[in-house]
Amino acid sequence: MADGFIGTSVKRREDAKFLTGRGNYTDDINRPGQLDAYIIRSPHPHAGLGKIDVSRALKQPGVVAVFTGADMTADGIGGLPCGWLIHNKDGSPMVEPAHPPLATGKVRHVGDPVAVVIAETHAQAKDAAELVEIAYQELPAVTDATLALKPGAPQLFDEAKNNLCYDWHLGDKAAADAAFAKASKVAKIDLINNRLIANAMEPRAALGEFNRATGEYTLYTTSQNPHVIRLLMGANVLHVPEAKLRVIAPDVGGGFGSKIYHYAEEAIVTWAAAKVNRPVKWTAERSESFMSDAQGRDHATHGELALDKDGKFLALRVSTVANLGGYLSTFATAIPTWLYATLLAGVYTTPVIYCEVKAVFTNTVPVDAYRGAGRPEASYLLERLVDVAARETGIDRAELRKRNFIPKTAFPYQTPMAVQYDSGDYPGCLDAALKASDYAGFETRRAASQKVDKLRGIGISTYIEACGIAPSAVAGALGARAGLYEVGVVRVHPTGTITVLTGTHSHGQGHETTFAQIVADALGVPMESIEVVHGDTAMIPFGMGTYGSRSLAVGGSAILKAVDKIVAKSKKIAAHLLEAAEADIEFKDGKFSVAGTDRSKTLGEIALAAYVPHNYPIETVEPGLDETAYYDPKNFTFPAGTHICEVEIDPQTGSVTVVKFTAVDDVGRVINPMIVEGQVHGGVVQGIGQALYEGCVYDASGQLVTGSFMDYCMPRADNLPAFAVGHHTTLCTHNTLGVKGCGEVGAIGSPPAVMNAVIDALKPYGITHLDMPATPEVVWRAIDSARPPRAA
Amino acid sequence: MYAFEYSRAKSVADASKAASADEEAKILAGGMTLIPTLKQRLAKPTTLIDLNGIADLVGIKRDGGNLVIGAMTRHSAVARSKDVKEMIPALAHLAELIGDPAVRNRGTIGGSIANHDPAADYPAGCLGLGATIVTSKRKIAADDFFTGMFSTALEDGEIVTAVSFPKPDKAAYMKFKNPASRYAIVGVFVAKTGNQVRVAVTGAGAGVFRSMVLEDALSKSFLPTAVEGIKIPSDGLNSDIHASAEYRAHLITVMAKRAVVACG
Repeated sequence: MADGFIGTSVKRREDAKFLTGRGNYTDDINRPGQLDAYIIRSPHPHAGLGKIDVSRALKQPGVVAVFTGADMTADGIGGLPCGWLIHNKDGSPMVEPAHPPLATGKVRHVGDPVAVVIAETHAQAKDAAELVEIAYQELPAVTDATLALKPGAPQLFDEAKNNLCYDWHLGDKAAADAAFAKASKVAKIDLINNRLIANAMEPRAALGEFNRATGEYTLYTTSQNPHVIRLLMGANVLHVPEAKLRVIAPDVGGGFGSKIYHYAEEAIVTWAAAKVNRPVKWTAERSESFMSDAQGRDHATHGELALDKDGKFLALRVSTVANLGGYLSTFATAIPTWLYATLLAGVYTTPVIYCEVKAVFTNTVPVDAYRGAGRPEASYLLERLVDVAARETGIDRAELRKRNFIPKTAFPYQTPMAVQYDSGDYPGCLDAALKASDYAGFETRRAASQKVDKLRGIGISTYIEACGIAPSAVAGALGARAGLYEVGVVRVHPTGTITVLTGTHSHGQGHETTFAQIVADALGVPMESIEVVHGDTAMIPFGMGTYGSRSLAVGGSAILKAVDKIVAKSKKIAAHLLEAAEADIEFKDGKFSVAGTDRSKTLGEIALAAYVPHNYPIETVEPGLDETAYYDPKNFTFPAGTHICEVEIDPQTGSVTVVKFTAVDDVGRVINPMIVEGQVHGGVVQGIGQALYEGCVYDASGQLVTGSFMDYCMPRADNLPAFAVGHHTTLCTHNTLGVKGCGEVGAIGSPPAVMNAVIDALKPYGITHLDMPATPEVVWRAIDSARPPRAA
Repeated sequence: MYAFEYSRAKSVADASKAASADEEAKILAGGMTLIPTLKQRLAKPTTLIDLNGIADLVGIKRDGGNLVIGAMTRHSAVARSKDVKEMIPALAHLAELIGDPAVRNRGTIGGSIANHDPAADYPAGCLGLGATIVTSKRKIAADDFFTGMFSTALEDGEIVTAVSFPKPDKAAYMKFKNPASRYAIVGVFVAKTGNQVRVAVTGAGAGVFRSMVLEDALSKSFLPTAVEGIKIPSDGLNSDIHASAEYRAHLITVMAKRAVVACG
């Protein structure tokens, strides 16, 4: 590869427009004759849905239409589909209740869409909405997944007995039980992985348009994956063929997973636009986002780790209850199963593992992937359990981990939970992090904190995750209803400039820069001559979008495959132009030359010849220089790393402050260090947010208590210290770039590092576990009920 | 928002007259509470009467031994004012703790105390310092001004024009912030003038209140140790997902103690 592009912190080309307010987001788009859609949402967590009287609303100024679920059903509109089929322990398929875009028969969470008012202006739509009369028959509600399983709990769906969607497992129960029977020590933990709200900076929006002349629909939407939306909405919901449906995801202001799913509002505005024959736009208000964007996490877990007398892990048993919310969201079912249980070996050689998961419906907003999607849940369980084991065996926390690491020489490493890790150096990451965080000097810092009446603690997390999703056949075997390859198009224009089309989508990741870097490197051309395009299904062949840290590993690989095709074809053309044998043509630094001579042609000259094929091998080579490649990854990728967090606690108030955070991550080859660092920072902030600040709360009656930023605590810059971010690289063995993905590692590694630090700080009080978020009151109560402080 | 009329008052007299004439009208000061309320459609005023054009209401001055702050003076102005920092630095510190920079550039002392949010900071400053609230009609002692949750002694159409603060010997404000909203979960303002100690508590109850048990203890001995062992009863204190009544009761003592330390 050419010097200069790979590994260079090229400034992001996207930023100038974003920082000067020139982004083009869905809400910025206005189509001629456009109407505004206001969604009426259920104020009740659980209720029968009776008569909806829209007559008064229809008479209000500016109102063009008011639609309900009955109107959509009458038009044959289908329910929002679930994209991943999970099977029960007995092999039977999961319960798959319908998810209508507008509720029919029942509402199942506060915020459940019930009707849509379409008017000339937003204010008119909102005013008219207040006059829609809806007969609700309130029902008891349940928001806690464990409680929802109990006999007698309110039932959301007739077909889901005890609100159970599936009872799934992975691993070897008999072997695990046998190993536990022989264990010298068993460490146990019960923990909650708290529910989170994504809160991307840009709220969701959707603008539907229908062209009566051509029969074509267009949907502009805040999506991470426009082709997936076209497929799901076209095939399952609106029954519109792909050729008549264009989906455009323009600039999107953050997703974190919450913008993957096919949402009701997308189907509603697209369908409604044809009904009223005018474009229909919906933009969420922030308080609406709180009750309609898919939420994250929400697991209750019991974990047990069996150890021998030397602290070697013999077996792991995990039992999790996962909250799915009120309906099946697009990928919800895969998150607490295949993206969770398969990571339970962690970075350790634990030979036997068994995990069972019950997924449960409750009267809450649907739950689906959120930065990390299943892997933070796995890392959190493992790394907390390892710390518990360290305390109970008396073995130092770093030492216990070292004794159980998969050694650097053991790759490829087949875990007992289906996945095979390709490469990694977990001891190396830990050593680098211990050094960078001055772990050795911690006790001195603890003593200094003690002098000013503060408690200080340090926590380690050695995590691994699986991303770069995914090999299609593997995904299919596990129940995915889609492939997970990616597409790349490299189009060299006649004058030599290049357009790269990708099926991935950049909503903050910086692909326009990184992808240009890798193509500039591979073709030896300036970055300025390369344009990266994403987001429009009319322009780009079918791609699966961006999530699961897949864009560079899978999307980048597809682009490089297309580059290879460009180079191969160019060599043929060069051979003709240079009157040499194809085998004698070499390609280096943007030039095709005859080996051993100084005769060469630039890529630009080749391109011109290809589009003006006068002197050209026309018998054997087609004109044009435009190649498409699809890449289906051979495996997941497995970034790993060590995060070390130091906290200070004010025992009088319980306030926890992160005073130091060190991350050493192995994300494979680093293409743009600045972008990778930004990704790690962002993920770490979200992980600290989960551990100390964030938490979606429903009250006992099913009302969303954290319905705004007044109550849902977002971490802010002034809550956080500067982070020390470093790398310890082992290359991915199965993609050309050697990349593993970096988008989610920050959110995966950090929560257990923070909580392990909190528990370490509270050691003098004998406190062994606290659930996230460790708010001031949570910490204070633990201290208060443990007084007086015992010796460490 | 619901639709409303808007008028920009030219004087306090005009604003007061307009407000008295229409009980569904609302006064707009900084808007940091009112505008979010309107956006959430939790209020439906007929008219907004905007005070932001009345220059007389803005300013910080010394008047005898007192510090007088105009009702429309922004929090950021109070926070950086030389006069405030010299006379009552605790008040500058309090203003600096309100909200965030954007809120501080718009929010006003008059708006804050007229609203009397149970978690606002200025009520604690006014009550703790024994301030006098000057209105379009009269002067009201702080002890009489704050009457309950979101309620004050102000009559219909009566507008706060300034707040007059006597200079204490020592004062300090300690705030334990709600990490989400940055409002006070508990805020304690302690002021000592001669032998008299005033302790005002915000965030913990239905409105700002003076803690007599803490004032007694600190009058006898103005030391952190004087309040250490005091347990404030939790009955009647606020409770929500951020802090239970019990925890707030505990924080009152902690913040009071830290305020005494900060007094020097």
